[in-house]
Order: sequence, then structure tokens, then C-alpha cells
Amino acid sequence: MIDIQSVTKRYGGKAVVDSVSFAIPEGTIAVLVGTSGSGKTTLLRMINQLVSQDEGTILIGGEDTRNIPGHELRRRIGYAIQGHGLFPHRTVAENIATVPRLLKWEKSRIDARVAELLDLFQLDPAAFANRYPHQLSGGQQQRVGVARALAAEPKILLMDEPFGALDPVLRSKAQDELLAIQKRFGTTIVIVTHDINEAFHLGDTIAVMDKGRLLQYGRPIDLLKAPATSFVEGLVGTFDRPFRLLSLDTLAGIIEPGEADGEPIEENRTRQDALAALMWSGADTLPVVSDDGKPLGRVRLQTLLRQAARPQ
Amino acid sequence: MLRGLEKTGVLMGALILVATFALPFIVVKPNRILQGQGRSLIEGLPSVSGIALVAAMVIVAVCLLIRLPPLARLAIATAGLLAAILALGGAAHAGLPPGNTYARVSPGSGFWLLLFSLSLAFIDVVARLRLSPAARLLLLVIAATVIGGIFASGILADISVMKEYVNRSDAFWAEMSRHAMLALGSMLVAFLIGLPLGVISHRISWLRAAALNTLNILQTIPSIALFGLLILPLGWVAAHIPGAAAIGISGIGTAPAFVALVLYSLLPVVANTVAGLENVPREANDAARGAGMTDFQRLVSIEFPLTFPSLLAAIRIVLIQNIGMATIAALIGGGGMGVFVFQGLGQSAMDLVLLGALPTVAMSFVAAIVLDALVDFSRAPGSEVRAT
Amino acid sequence: MSLVRLAPRIILLFLLVGFLASPESFDFAFKPLVQANAPAIYNQGDLAALTLLHVRMVFFATLLATVIAVALAILVTRPFGAEFLPLARAIVNIGQTFPPVAVLALAVPAMGFGNGPTLVALFLYALLPIFENTMTALTTVPRNIIDAAKGNGMTRSQIFRQIELPLSLPMIVGGIKISTVIGFGTATIGSTVAAKTLGEVIIAGLQSNNLAFILQGALLVAALAILVFDILSMLERSLTKWKAA
Repeated sequence: MIDIQSVTKRYGGKAVVDSVSFAIPEGTIAVLVGTSGSGKTTLLRMINQLVSQDEGTILIGGEDTRNIPGHELRRRIGYAIQGHGLFPHRTVAENIATVPRLLKWEKSRIDARVAELLDLFQLDPAAFANRYPHQLSGGQQQRVGVARALAAEPKILLMDEPFGALDPVLRSKAQDELLAIQKRFGTTIVIVTHDINEAFHLGDTIAVMDKGRLLQYGRPIDLLKAPATSFVEGLVGTFDRPFRLLSLDTLAGIIEPGEADGEPIEENRTRQDALAALMWSGADTLPVVSDDGKPLGRVRLQTLLRQAARPQ
Repeated sequence: MLRGLEKTGVLMGALILVATFALPFIVVKPNRILQGQGRSLIEGLPSVSGIALVAAMVIVAVCLLIRLPPLARLAIATAGLLAAILALGGAAHAGLPPGNTYARVSPGSGFWLLLFSLSLAFIDVVARLRLSPAARLLLLVIAATVIGGIFASGILADISVMKEYVNRSDAFWAEMSRHAMLALGSMLVAFLIGLPLGVISHRISWLRAAALNTLNILQTIPSIALFGLLILPLGWVAAHIPGAAAIGISGIGTAPAFVALVLYSLLPVVANTVAGLENVPREANDAARGAGMTDFQRLVSIEFPLTFPSLLAAIRIVLIQNIGMATIAALIGGGGMGVFVFQGLGQSAMDLVLLGALPTVAMSFVAAIVLDALVDFSRAPGSEVRAT
Repeated sequence: MSLVRLAPRIILLFLLVGFLASPESFDFAFKPLVQANAPAIYNQGDLAALTLLHVRMVFFATLLATVIAVALAILVTRPFGAEFLPLARAIVNIGQTFPPVAVLALAVPAMGFGNGPTLVALFLYALLPIFENTMTALTTVPRNIIDAAKGNGMTRSQIFRQIELPLSLPMIVGGIKISTVIGFGTATIGSTVAAKTLGEVIIAGLQSNNLAFILQGALLVAALAILVFDILSMLERSLTKWKAA
């Protein structure tokens, strides 16, 4: 658990992070979202003490981060940044091995870990291990950046606009990849982004920041249901609200018994996807199937529309 | 521990104190060739003024240690410089035995170190002020006026270098203008040849490789050798081409020096022209083509203006290189300030060496400051070439 | 590098070694440049010995300059020395306008004639390009790379040794390359103040109006400069293999 308690950071007398408090439960993804200059990046960098707070305390697993030497703290916490920050003079394998080498892991263990991560990110070790960063595509560089951050099996991963440099297609692929990895390792992840869609897609919780202050912290549905300020309301988008709400859940839970004609939808797709499919096909109902194609029932347009209404 | 102190001031203050107390401020010599005897600042000046100047230098050193506003530091450094120069004049006057016309007083290592450390302080402030190009030029004009005034006032008349100057002031100005002519004239010719060569090289890649390789290799030939090597071909030209000798071309003298300087200047001119043209944004060229410009119109109205800063940078490189190298022309009878340097070296008369070397250094400085300011002007907002 | 591009260099090296081993065998090439009774090959000293002295002088001056320039550049780019950075930049800018002959001439009063002033002039002249390149390299390591290194738990000295220095090395070598090439040329001027370099050959040629001597001196210096330039370029390339496509 990351416990941020009344943290303040001032530059030249101006508070860029102003008395911010919230806690991120273990094994969840928290997204810090806000405009540029909102203080979200500074807050992220205080978690691994790249920036030290002027006031307040940050506890990780109950331990005050200021009691740990900065570089040791950072070796325990993964860190991935926009534009990947790969070391241009080191190969992909050497880049990924950065923290394990600093921790003086044995060579065999490092090699095994590098191979495992390359595999995980679908980069063939034989082809990629000895390449230099400039020989990779943007998407590959970004994956190596995340792999490097995960190399020493950190319990916490901090990401600063990790997908900012990717085009929309690669971006949503990278987001899904991250979700899969989070599920697999149970890592606690804190992500900074200015993209509210990304926040809704990835976050178990979302912290909205503006001008150094934390405006609201809660589950995505809380932000939709009860935006704390007009800024939050504007951010989540008035017109998009119902669609965003539908995007938070999968079809499981609103499947009704019965049959329907048309192209079936998988159960683990979002309700927003289902609505889109219904609208496009012009039908009132569509069949729902499980991952492996077994028929489960049907989904009705009316049900979806009710789900999209403001939650009470 | 050093929190309240200027770290650069610690260095400069220490140098000033060493110069003031540990090194000879002037050297008094029985004549212009023989070794002399050093005198410190306090020995060199009549008692009261000596003590006053030592005290002044200590105060300057201490002031530089403290964190002060830049303008205050600038004033302190300037005051220190003026005091050091006045002290030199005074010490020289006091150090000359009356009636002895052979004795000479030269600045000692203490003076030079003082001048160096105070100039450092001056430069440090100016560098931190990040002055605009116009302000830098103004500062240069003020500094030049003050220095000119000091020389004109006769305060330094008893310094040995000035005695060397008085003995040959006609020759001094003649060689000075020959030096400037060599440096500037060769640059002009280098641009007349190099600019078209650069433009063509930009378009024809094999020519570019050939031209740049040749010019690069040319740069590795030591200057004194290239000057010498040109003696024969130019002698042949003078003897065989009608009229060549009449316009001053001959095997020795200014002509080979001039040609050598042109040859050395070609590399920066061609290389910067090519680099400047290559840095013209592709979009700018595309847009110009799209607007229906001919190749020549594009060159004149798009490519040249955008290449201008790069060409100015070439002028800076060439001018400074030429001012330095023109000194060597004296070795083959080409004249210039090198005449005094090499005469002085030959006679072991170091004051004569200084008479040749110091103005050369001054010319380089002025050229560098003026051209740096012009380069900055040309890159000022509006005419800026965006780096992509 | 392909053999085609390497070939001229190898030929140059063979010519250089061959000429130094037996200058007389090249008599035929220089004969046409001199009058009938004048010597075509430098006869006032051993060319090979002068070449070695020349190389030694440039080598030691550049070596010393490298050590000091790199150390100073590291100092002014650390937080401790940051106050010196504007001054250092200004000194580099102004210092490089100092003409080599002036440096040499001004060093004579302090050191007398001989190798001393030349060594000092070469040293001072070599300092600036190396210092400038090192300083530029160290201050232009991309921020996000340093940030990533720090974020991955490197200590300040680890960042310096593992990231900043390796990334700067090619440019430092580039500075050494510039300094060495300038040094080979400037060393010849040292012979006007009695330094033992190949400048002696050139000056002997100027004094006795012997074009062959001048050419021999010039070619030897140029060949040395070109070869050392190539060797350092190769080193530079091998240090940037991570950049090559």
C-alpha cells in the first residue's frame, strides 16, 4: 500500500503539490490525471523520492520513504517514463538488466529474467536481446522501457505518460498488455496521464489533480456519479458520460436468457462495445457467447440504455 | 561552508593575492635585451601609492569573494583593472633611472596574472549577465575607447613595449594594415570562390565529397610549409604571365601568404555553405517549389537567407584563423604583425615580441566579439531557423 | 571500414614508413624541385628522429591537455562547480581566438627558447577543444535518460560512470582529434623558437630556398596528421557502434 499523507512541494514559494493525501491499495492501478502543470508528475516523482516533499509523509508498506536511501528505494520501485528513456549505448538486454545488475543479481538469474520479460512482451530474445534502442520501433522501445521497469520484480511500478509517444492503435494495445501484466504479477501501479480515456480504461482508482490540489480521488464510477467539482465534471465529459459509464463493466451481469439473431458478442467485452454493436446492426437484441464461443444468452438494448442512466 | 561565498571569486581572489604579494609586478632591465630584476607591487611604486594599491587589490579580492549584484561585481572588476594599469604606468615611471635611456621596465608576471584574474572576473560577470548582442557591442566600444584613451594619455609611455612602439610607430601601423589586409582580403577571395563552390557541391554529391576531402587534407599541411610551397608556383606566375608581376605577384612576400590564407579559408566557407544549405527545412523548399519559384529564385529568396547564420559563423572561423596565420606570413617576407614577433624572437627582445603579439590577440578578440554578436543578431527571433 | 576506403590510408602509412626508413631512395622524386647542386633530401639531421620527436611532443602535450581538460569539464558540469560554467564557456570561446604564434611567442619570455614554449603552447591550444567537447557532451546528455537512470536507482556516481561518461566519450575523442590535428601543425611553428620538430626541416628549406626540404617537412606532418586523424576517427566510430544503423 502507498499512503500519501498531506504531501506538499513548493518551487520558489509556489506550491506545485498542495497538501495532497490519498492511499493506493496494494495490487491496484491508480491513475493520476490532470492538465500539464497540475502537479501530477511531481507527485509521482515524490513516491520514489526523485523529488523530495517539503511537507507530509509518504509511506510504502508502512515505511516512511525518507528513511530509505533514495537509490535503494528506487531499485525497489519500477519506473517507466514517456519516450521510454532507454540508454542508447546499451543493448535491449543490458537495458532490461539495469536494476538487477545494480542489485548484483547473479548473471544466470539476470539472463533468465531478461529472457522471460522479452518473451512476455512478445520480443523474440534471439532477435532483440542484442539490438540497440535506436534499432527498435517506437512500440518496441516502449515495451522495453516497461520491461526494464519490471525487471527486478518490483511490487510497485510508477509510470509517467508511458504511452504518450505511441499512436492510438499501439497505445490501446500497450494498455491491454499492461492490464494483463498487472493481473499476472499483482503489481501496484501508479500512472500519470493527461488522457482521461486512458484513466478510465486502466484505473481501479483515479486521482484528479488541478493546480497542485487533489480535487477528487475515487473509483471511476464515483467520478461519473458524483463529480466533486465542475472541473472533474468537465474532465469526465458531459456528453460522454453514459458511454464512459458503460465502458466500466463487461456484459457479465446483464445477460438475459433467450435467443437472438445476429453477430454474437463475447461476454468479456464492455457494455459500451455491446451498445455500439446493437446500434450499428439496428437490432434490439444480440446473442452473447463465452470466450470459447458457447452461447450464454442475449443482451437487450433497453437493458443497456437503463445501465447508462445516471447511477443513484 | 562556502554558502555565502562566490566560488569563482575564491579562485580569482586567490590569484589576485598571489599576483600582488608573491610575484614581481614589474621587471627593470639595464637594456632591452638583458635579463632584468623583478619588483613587487609594493617595491615598485613610491611608498604611499604602493601601499594604497596593495590595499586596493586586497579590497578587490575580498569584494569578489562576497555574493554581490552583478553590476557591483562589474564595477569592482573594472576598477581593479584600471588600478592595475595605472599602477603599471606609475611603477614604470618610478622604476626608470633618471637620464638613462637604455634602461627598460617591462610588466612582470605579477602584472600579467593580475590582468588575467581581473579579466576573468570581468568576463565572469559579463557571461552571467547574458547581455544582448547590442549591449555586448556597446561594451566593446566602451572598452576600446577606454583602452585607446589610456594609450593616448601617455600613462603607459614608460613601459618598454611602448618604447618599442615609439621607435617604430610608422612601421607598426603599416604592418597592422598589411595584417588586416591579408586577413580580410583573403577572406573575401575565399568567399568569392567558396560560395559558388559550396552551392554547386550541395547539389552534386561527388563534387561535395571531393571538395571537402581535398580541403580537409589541405588543412593538415602546416602553415609555414604551405607558405613556403607557394613561393615556387607564384614565382613562376610572376615570371611567365604578362602583367602578373606588375600587380604585385611575386614568389616571395605578400602574394604566397595571401594565396595560402585563401586556401586555408576555403574549407570553412565551403563546409558551412553546404551545411547551411542542408539545414534548410525541406518544407520551406517544398513550399517554395509549390508556390512556383524557379531554382534560382529559391536559392536567392529561400535558401540564402536561411543559410545566412551559417555563413556568418564561417566568417568568424575564417577571420580568426586568418588573423592568427597572417602572423606567419612574416617568415616569407609577407609582412604583418609577425614581423615584430619574429624580429623580437631573433633579437631575444621580448618587448618587441609583445608589440607584435598583443595587437594580434586584440584583433582576434575584437573580431570574435563583433562576429559573435552578428551571429546572434542573425539568429534573433523572426529570422530564426527552427532546429528540427 | 571497407578495404577500398582503407587502401589509401595503408598506402600512405607504407610511404611514410618507407620514406623515414630510407629517405635517399626517394631522391628521384624530390630532385626536380632543387637546383642541380643542392641536396634533394634533408641533410641537416635525421628525419626519422625529428619525426619521432615531433610525434612525442604532440602526444605528451595532448595527453596532458586531455587529462586536465576532461577533469575540468567534469568539475564544471557537477553541481559543485556549476558556478564556473558560464566563466568556463566564455574562456573557451575567447581562448580559441588566441593565435598559436602569439601563445608561442608569449611563452618564450617565461620559458626561454627550446621545447618548453612549444609544449606549453601545444598544451594550451589542445586544452580548449577537448574541454569544450567534453563540456558540451556532458551537458547535452538527454534529460530523460538521466531521469530514467536515477529512477532506476543509480547513485550519482553510477549515473556518471555508466551513463554520462560512456555517452560523452565519442565527443571527447572528437575533441582530442581536433586538438591533435591542430597540434601537429602548430608544433612546426615551434621550430621558430628552436623546438626540435619537423618544423626544422621546413625552416631549413625556407632559409636555403630549398623547396624539396619544405615539401618533405610538409608531407611528413600532413601524413602524420591524416593517419592520427583516421585512427582517432576509427576509435570514435567504435565507441558509437550503438548509433550506427
